[in-house]
Order: sequence, then structure tokens, then C-alpha cells
Amino acid sequence: MREIRSMLNAVGQSVPRKDGIGKATGQARYADDLRFPGMLHGRTIRSTIPCGRLAAVRLGFDPAGFTVVDHRDIPGRNVVTLIADDQPCLVEREIRHVAEPVLLLAHENREALLGASVALEEEPAEPVFDPERSPTAFKTILIEKGDLAAGFAEADHVVEGTYCTGHQEHVYIEPQAVIAVPEDGGMTVYGSIQCPFYAHRALAVILGDAVARVRVIQTETGGGFGGKEEYPSGIAAHAALLALKSDRPVKLIYDRVEDMLATTKRHPAIVRHRTGLTRDGRLVAMDIEVILDGGAYQTLSAVVLSRGSIHAAGPYRCDNIRIAARAMFTNTPPNGAFRGFGAPQTQFGVEVHMERIAEALGLDPVRLRERNLLRPGDTTATGQRVGQDCAALEVLRTAVRRSGFRRKRKAYAGTGRGIGLAMYWHGSGFTGSGELKLASRATIELTATGVRVLTSSTELGQGTRTMHAQIVADALGVPYEQVEVAMPDTGLVPDSGPTVASRTCMVVGRILQRAAEEIRAKLGDATPAEYFRRHGPLAVTGQYEQPEWIRWDEIDYRGDAYAAYAWGCDVVEVELDRDTWEVRPVRVTVVNEIGKAIHPALARGQVEGGTVQGLGYALLERVVMRNGAMANAQLTNYIIPTTLDTPKLDVVLLEHPYDGGPFGAKGLGELPIDGPAPAVVNAIRQLGIDVRGIPAVPEAIREAACASP
Amino acid sequence: MRFTLNAREVELNVAPLARLLDVLREDCGLTGTKEGCGEGECGACTVLVDGEAVCACLVPVAQVEGAEVVTIEGLGDDHPLQRAFMDEVGAQCGICTPGMILTAITLGPRPSLAKIRRGLAGNLCRCTGYEAIYRAIHRAS
Repeated sequence: MREIRSMLNAVGQSVPRKDGIGKATGQARYADDLRFPGMLHGRTIRSTIPCGRLAAVRLGFDPAGFTVVDHRDIPGRNVVTLIADDQPCLVEREIRHVAEPVLLLAHENREALLGASVALEEEPAEPVFDPERSPTAFKTILIEKGDLAAGFAEADHVVEGTYCTGHQEHVYIEPQAVIAVPEDGGMTVYGSIQCPFYAHRALAVILGDAVARVRVIQTETGGGFGGKEEYPSGIAAHAALLALKSDRPVKLIYDRVEDMLATTKRHPAIVRHRTGLTRDGRLVAMDIEVILDGGAYQTLSAVVLSRGSIHAAGPYRCDNIRIAARAMFTNTPPNGAFRGFGAPQTQFGVEVHMERIAEALGLDPVRLRERNLLRPGDTTATGQRVGQDCAALEVLRTAVRRSGFRRKRKAYAGTGRGIGLAMYWHGSGFTGSGELKLASRATIELTATGVRVLTSSTELGQGTRTMHAQIVADALGVPYEQVEVAMPDTGLVPDSGPTVASRTCMVVGRILQRAAEEIRAKLGDATPAEYFRRHGPLAVTGQYEQPEWIRWDEIDYRGDAYAAYAWGCDVVEVELDRDTWEVRPVRVTVVNEIGKAIHPALARGQVEGGTVQGLGYALLERVVMRNGAMANAQLTNYIIPTTLDTPKLDVVLLEHPYDGGPFGAKGLGELPIDGPAPAVVNAIRQLGIDVRGIPAVPEAIREAACASP
Repeated sequence: MRFTLNAREVELNVAPLARLLDVLREDCGLTGTKEGCGEGECGACTVLVDGEAVCACLVPVAQVEGAEVVTIEGLGDDHPLQRAFMDEVGAQCGICTPGMILTAITLGPRPSLAKIRRGLAGNLCRCTGYEAIYRAIHRAS
């Protein structure tokens, strides 16, 4: 018989991670750890020019023992299908960026494979590198609220500014890795893949009728951060083409240089603000222009631009707003998904701009924000009325109090120390009606010992398996230990949508909660194991149900952009070395409101990890582009934060439950990367240095300091 | 080529300049040692050679002739650091974890936070921001 259990036994507790033991003992199996009989190693030959035509390919090796694949070997369509079908799987004639895949090789001996030389005859054409001069927009978005001209007419002050953010490389510590295995007339791909069904769809198009069945299985994944969202679809296809031609398993692993040179990065951005304010600091008009550098193919640029635009006015109320945004083509490797997805770029712009407004109007930066922050019932740029869970003011006040912001701000004036803050917000789940279109599904089935959760949500380190098991355990009223979570395998699990957009807990977790409640009703007094013994298998598949209040107009960009928002405020203290111009963060206070922490230690881990990634974005991580290629494509000179670069972090989690999330949870994964960069730059501003771009590396700080009055 | 691997004598017939990383992973089947960069920057391939943490991607196997090599597999599954990494969620994606734990072993008993930071500076983690790793090492010591 079922024990009487209180409502929450697992949720809200930092239960052991499902994958903890495997990771702590080295037993967890990542793609490169797998071997198959007869397996070959694969290699990708890439273009060396940013723009032009491929005239000829010459093999400089004896092809015996090699499998060689070019575009003519593609049985289906030569396209990596995503939003727009513009990116070829392999170059035919046109070259749009450096490191574009042209030819694939496989050999059983890795040394022989790496020793094979291939000469490409390429005819260069004039590339476009400046997104502002690019003639081609992948996507434009216009958000309009109120009457901008009337707003400016009402303004006592107008403040303008331009803010720039650079590329950012994901640096998941496990590089891209897949293995394609021909099996029974089908093709199975194992890999470090964030979205198995994206890869599945892309493979089906490329392989066409040549295989009876495509199956994608996620292996343990050594970090993703968006970098393994859409990009692995192409790699999976490359391995599959080699496997198809050789009829042998093919392992395709990128080394770090190839990974950094060829794969997607965070979109660089230019954000321009022109803002009207009353004398006492009330926002009356916000005119915002956003330009993203999309790179050579569309990938996800249209939706990155969408999220970036919607967040561009920050968590502020203003009656008159115009946000004009565009994502532009350039001859650089395509930029793609990266934690935050456009929002870190635009929120950097608005928060550095708010600090400049405070300076220009002689207002206290906290008071200026307090004055304008969204309160429950206020409307966003798209006209969405924010709910009672809106915690913007509370996160600000908590962060200010906890960090001693006002006292330190006075104490640091005129010293080599500075303190700055930034407000931010992040919408959970797909934009607008996106979740409705995804129609995600998730399954729970009974087993002899409990239940098993089947979803396509991937564990990337963020704790998917653990968190889903907690939700199911409490919704079902069974011990956490009795809930298993299956590895995502497209042959086995339903499509729960991609593991992106801070949706895995709030959206997929909610579907699981409902499915668990449905099973609970069927079980009656029996435990899952008892029911299974008596009645045999039982599975329930839940599907996403959109909250009935959501209205979204895709054309005019009006309405309820996200089902929920999480809220944040960062306070960063920095120290400037006047000899080296290096700015070091010395203390960071992060206050995040996330609805409900399903697993407090995992939630804290997301906040700490995202914050440090954001500090790297702000101060260290510079992608140097030369002639369309990353010139510092190695970890020796692309620097991410080490233990010696990270300051003391003070993290506070607040919980204002959102009704539509499991046990009140909102999305959390991306939120913490929105705040650090503007907070750092605002702290640098207190040092009297007018920085308006990131990364604020020593050279940039020196230049800004010499230019500042 | 003879050396001690996880307390066992091994004798291998491998090229002397082969990377210790490849020998461990491919010839010895010990895949707990990970490759993150191949240039000694990320520390994911950290192993102990005569008690010292080294990047196995930079070590030709000839250099460990007669030495004592310990990989994550050599710790078994109940080492205090392994338990602490589980309890404090010091592992997220887990790819840096074997290297982190082996480096942490070299820090000695009750290391200060400053010593931990210096000691782990050659081990990159992109998930945790390192805070949970510090908590794990403190808990284990």
C-alpha cells in the first residue's frame, strides 16, 4: 500500500543527482568513450576563404583504405534543415565562410587520416564582414508601443548611446562529437547532442530514401550552452554520410581548434538607444535599434533576434517604445544559439545606457531604476501585462541591501575600486505561440520497480534527469529513487521539444507533472510496482497545454511574449590595475527570482555557472576575427575564467511561484548570463572610464580611459 | 613499456611518443581521462604521475616508464572527494570532474580557499563557476 507522504518530499530538496556517481567515478560514457567494431575515424576538409567559389578539389593521397565523401554522395537534399533551408551540408560551388565543410574523409587509422592532404582550389570574391554594410538581412523585427514622437515631445532630456558586444565561444569542455552506426538498413547516430530531434529531422532530409530509419541517441554530454543545439545536426549528417558510404561505424570528433574555428558562436551585436526622460527620471520614450551579426547562414538568427528584441527595453515600463531589429548576413562562420539567445546583448545595451542616463541626469542609479522598473500589472514593450510574480523591484532592493551597494559606492569613489549594478529579466520557454507549435510530449511508464520518465530533454549538466525525476516523484507520490529517467533516444522517447530556451523545467516539467497526476489517479491505492505486477504495463503521455490567457500576434509582435519571466539583479565590484589596465571582479552579488527552486543546489549551480560565463563575456573572452576566421581558435589565447579569475559569489534565490510551472517553477538556465556584463561595465564606469563595449579587455579599457575626459 | 597503473603493473607495447592520454584511453580502455583541448590548457586529461597532477595530453608515454600513474578509475567509487563532488553538485556536465578530483587530491589536507584556487587554476570548468567545486573540496577535507 502507498505510504502517506507529505506533498513535497523531493521537490525543494537537493537530492543526489541521478548522474552524480557516473561522473564522479569516470564511468559516465561520452561519445568519444564509445567504440564500435570496425569503426573508422572521420575528418572534415574545410574552405579557407570567406567568400568565393570552389573550383576544384585535389586529393594528395592514395585513396586505398579511405572513404571520401563530397556533395555528390548525398542521397537526399544537400541542406542542413532548420528554420531556413539555406545551409548546405557540404559545399558544392559557393563558399560563404572560412571553415565551411567541403569534403569528408574516413580511415580506420587516425594518423593516416590526419596525414592525408587535400588541396582545394578556391576562387575568392569580395567578402562582407561589417553587418551594418551588409546588403542582406536574414530577419527584421519591429516592435512598437504607444506613440514615440509624443513620448519625445514630453521629454525634458534625451540621452543617446551605442553599445557593442562581441562574439562569445561556448567552450563546452567536451568538443563536438558524434558516431554514426549503420544498423539493419537504418542509421543510428550517437552523439553529444542537445536536441536529438533536430538532428533526426536534418538526417532524414540529407539521407532521404537511402536509409529505412534514422535514430539519434544522446550520449553523456560535456556541456552545451547552445553550442550543441543546432550545430551537431550537420556533424551528425557528415558522420552518417561517411558511414553510409563505407558501411562502417564512423566517429567524428572535433579537436578544440576545429571546434572553435568552425562552429557557431554568440552573435555580436550593436545596440543603439535614444531615450526620452522627464526631469525626475521617468522613461517616456525608448527608441532602440538592434543589429545582430548573423554570419553566413541563417541558423537560428531569426529567433535569436526575436528574443533579443523583446528583452531590449529591459525590465522597464515605458509607454512609448520602438524597437527596430535586424539580423544581418556576413561572410563569417554562422552564429547560433548561446545561453541567453540574444538577450545578453540587448540587455547589455539597455543597462549600460541606464547607467549613462543616471550620470547624465545626475540621478542615483538605484533610484532611476526603482522609478522605472516593471511592477505587477505594468505592460512590457510588446504590451504584455506582467503578473503578480513580477519581482523586479524586490530583486533590486535585495541586491542593493545585501551587497552594501550605497555604502560601497560612496567609499569607492575616487579609488581604484568600482561598484556597479544591472537589472535583467528573462522570458521562459519559446516565444509567443512557439510552445503551442512545438506541442511537446512527455511520457511516464510503470516499471517493475517504479516509473520511468521518457522525454527528449537532454542532460547537459544542468540537471535535467534529476529535476524531472523530482517533479514526477512528488506529483506521483513515490520516492525519488523509484523514478528512472531514460536517455533521449529518438527511437524510444516522444518529442518533448528541444532542450533550449529555459523550458526544460517549466514547460516539459509541467507536462510531466500532469502526466504523473494522471497516472496517480489510475493507480488508486497501489504503488506503481504493485500496479505493474497486477495489471501489467501502463504509460501516460502528456502534451503541452498553453495557458488560456496567452495571446500573441506573430506579425505585429504584440501580446504575451513569454508565459513567465524570471528576474535578476547583479552587483559587481571591480578593481583596476592602473599598470596593466586589467579589471578584476572581486565580488559579485546575484539575486535571482525563479518561481521555485526544484533542486536548490542545482539552481544555485546554474546561477553560479551562468554568472561566471557572463564575467568571462564581460572581461576576458575575445574572439579575434581576421579575414573572416577566428585567429585565436585555441584555449591558449581564447581565455575563459579560471579559478583565479572568478571572484567571491554571493547568490540569493527568491521564489514567487508561477501558476503554470511545475510546483511554481519558472525557467532559470539562461537568466544569470544576462546580468554580469552590464554590471561589470557599470562598475568600470564608477572608475571614470567610459566603456560601452565588451569584452572589456585591458587594451579596450586603456583606450577608453585615455579617451574619457 | 612498464609502469604502474592504478596500483597494477602494466606492460604495453606502444610507441614511446604516443600521448599518455591515448594510451590510457585506447590501449588500457580507461576512458575516465578526458580530452578537452589537447594542448594542456583545460586539465580534463589530468592524471597523477608519481603523485603529481599532469596533463596526459602533453606527456609522451615514454616519460612514465617505471612511474606510478593514477587515473580516476584508480580511486574506485567511494573516495571522499567523489562523495563530496556528488553531495555538493561539484559535477554538472562531468567532463572536467575526473581531472578536478585528481588535482584536488594533490592539494593535501584542509586546503585554504586560496590554495584551492591556485591548485585548480589549470583545470577549466565551464558549468559550475567553480563554487560548488570549492564546497566539495572543503567538505571532503
